[in-house]
Parts: sequence; C-alpha cells; structure tokens
Amino acid sequence: MPRLFQHWETKMNWKKHDYDDIEGTYVFDGEMAHRSYALNKLFYSFNEARCREEFDADPAAYCDKFGLSDDEKAMVVSQDFLGILRSGTNIYYMAKFCVPRGLSVQDAGAAFQGITTEEFKGKLSEKGEGLLERLEKEGGYWNG
Amino acid sequence: MAKIIGGITTSHIPAVGNAITDGLTQDPYWKRFFDGYGPVHDWLEENKPDVMIIVYNDHGLNFFLDKVPTFAIGCADRYENADEGWGLELSAPFTGDAAFSWHIAESLIEQEFDMCTCQEMRVDHGFVNPMRVLYGDRKDWPVKTIPFAVNTVQHPLPSARRCHAIGKALKVAIESYPDDLKVVVAGTGGLSHQLQGERAGIINVDYDLAVMDSVINDPDWFAAQPTDEIIRQAGTEGIESIMWLVMRGALGASVNCLHKHYHAPISNTGAGVLLLESAAA
Repeated sequence: MPRLFQHWETKMNWKKHDYDDIEGTYVFDGEMAHRSYALNKLFYSFNEARCREEFDADPAAYCDKFGLSDDEKAMVVSQDFLGILRSGTNIYYMAKFCVPRGLSVQDAGAAFQGITTEEFKGKLSEKGEGLLERLEKEGGYWNG
Repeated sequence: MAKIIGGITTSHIPAVGNAITDGLTQDPYWKRFFDGYGPVHDWLEENKPDVMIIVYNDHGLNFFLDKVPTFAIGCADRYENADEGWGLELSAPFTGDAAFSWHIAESLIEQEFDMCTCQEMRVDHGFVNPMRVLYGDRKDWPVKTIPFAVNTVQHPLPSARRCHAIGKALKVAIESYPDDLKVVVAGTGGLSHQLQGERAGIINVDYDLAVMDSVINDPDWFAAQPTDEIIRQAGTEGIESIMWLVMRGALGASVNCLHKHYHAPISNTGAGVLLLESAAA
C-alpha cells in the first residue's frame, strides 16, 4: 500500500501490483477508486452549475448528501487541497473542485513536493533545456 | 470503400484549449508548440478527410467511475461538448456518422474486441482540444467525427499491446465499409507527464522520443512495454500515449512519416505531433 494511505484500516485483501513500488506515485486503481468513491462522486457532480451553486450555499450539507466521512468532509469544507490530493481522489475529478478555486496542476505538483509553484515551473522548464540540440541529433524533427 | 488516408498524434491537455481561447498561440511560451501543427493544417486542407476518428480518454464528463468501459465508441449523429466543472465556453457540436460507427462497432465485436456502444456521448477536452488544435475554433466543423474512448484513468487499463491490436482491427473495420470515405485516425494524449504524487512533474524527453520513433518505425517495441514500465518512465498520466498505438495499428505494417514535432514543456507534459500515412504494401 502506498505509504500515504497506511492510516486506512482495511481488512480487504487488495491485489499487489508491479507499480506499487514506484516512489512518489499513486496509481488510481480499484483499491484507490473504491476508497475515494464518495469524494470523486461529489466532485463529478460539479459538472453541473446548479450543483456547484448548491455546494457553495452549504458545503457541509452537500458533503453529507454524498456520504463523506468526517475527515473527508473536513478537507472539502476547509478546501484542504493537499489533503484531498493525498486522499487518493482521482486527479481529474479533483480538478473540477480545485482548478476553479485557483489551484493549478502546477500548484498541485508543487504542494506535493513542498516547493513553490515558481520552483516547480522552473523544474519543468529545465526539462526543455537543450531540446533543440537533442532533436537535431535525433534527426527529422520539425523546427520551423 | 472507406480508406484510411492518414494518422495523426496530438496532445489534448486543457492548457492547449485555454491558450487558443486566450489568443496565446503566438505567445513565446506557446509559439513553437502551435507552429509545429502548420504542416498538419496544410495536409488537412489539401486532403480534406471526410471522417476523423478521435482516440482519446474521457476525464469524467461522459463516464463517471460508476461505469468505466475499457473501449467505447460513439454511435450517434451528433456529439456535444459540455461543462466539465470549469464553466468554460463550449465548442460547437460535432457531426457524427452513425451508420459508419455502427459498422465499426459491429466489425470490432466480430473481431472479438467487445466495444461499449454509446448512442449519446458528451465529449470533453480530450476530444475537443485535438479538434481545436487541428482545425481552429469553428462554428461548423469541416469533418465528421467519431469519438473512440479508451480507459486510461482507472486501472486496470488495457495494455499497450491491446491498444495496438484494436487499432489493427479498426483498420479492418474501416476498410470494409462500402462508402468512399477518406478517414483519418487521431491518437491523442501524452506524452510523459505525472500530475500527482511527489514525483509530479516528470517529463522524460528520452522516453518520449523513443516512443515517437517506435510509433513510426517499430510499434511492436512500444506495444511490448508493460503498463508499470510506461508509468515508471512516462508518469501516471503519461500512460495516455498507449492511445497512439490505436492510431498506429490502423495504419498497417509500415508508414511514411510526413511530419514529426516535439516540444517540452507544455504545461506539465512533453508534447508530440506526428502525421503518418500508410506506406504502399
């Protein structure tokens, strides 16, 4: 089990996978989808504007409607984005909640690593350094 | 007889759509990425396909996690974009070709690929952004479309090999349709990226270029990569690149590469564009 999720007590015998040991990586599989189903379902509802409005009017009541646990409800109501990220919620569903509230995918990545968004973006930019030379060497790539 | 005149690969990330909406395609950050589509635009203008089959993954618009089909095909006359929770402006609706879709579904199922058939299908950014980047924003799209959705979100996912195999079956399905249609298959998504976890921010240029080379010259190499290895190299969301193999399978044994373009970073991703056509047998 990924170490972030060890606090979950489980009596179920979830299958182990070859991807379980990839450091800093949480693969959204049946085990995770099962655990975070209520949260994902709540975030999915935000596809509809009237659901977003209903949530905004009374977040706690809306969480109750979806059967969230007390911990999950506390994270959603307080907009604890890092907590939600770490809860095993699917990133695409979470985005329906977090992105309109100002959390970009770069902010999310930075939060996971405990660095600033600018630092995170800097690390992304570094990946593009020397790219043109690399493509030249590879051969055949369009370059304007 | 319907004919596959080409295959395209493209990114489908939300940031690409936002850059188009915000008029930023010639902004220094975006210019090289968008300019790399120029030769594809010229080719589309010259060759005017009748139908574009877009291979993409739904990100929680048409499918929720209550029901997750591994492979699904739109079988409708019309497909609409809808609010994904961000309240963005919606694209113009897309015209489908229901008879062609049902033919493909029937052929694939006969070939033992058990498709989920969808008579209603809302298409999200994974489908819409490829259309926008290939054709620009339109009130009337100049091509009919068929959405072909692959589950790359909730594991277990289909393997890379399975995606390649269904692409080969898609070729049989398309080429057995009696109407004289010019068809393009677009494989979308990728390349390397990971949005979550302490490893977020992966861009693996070497692996991306190896994948692009494999898709052109040796698809069996990428098709043989196990899911966990692709995640290790390309990230949890980079696994989307398996959808390129559906397109590649549909083009037959060997291809001519008419255009290849790579740029990184684009948002959190490496982004690759390919324009391929089947090589004469």
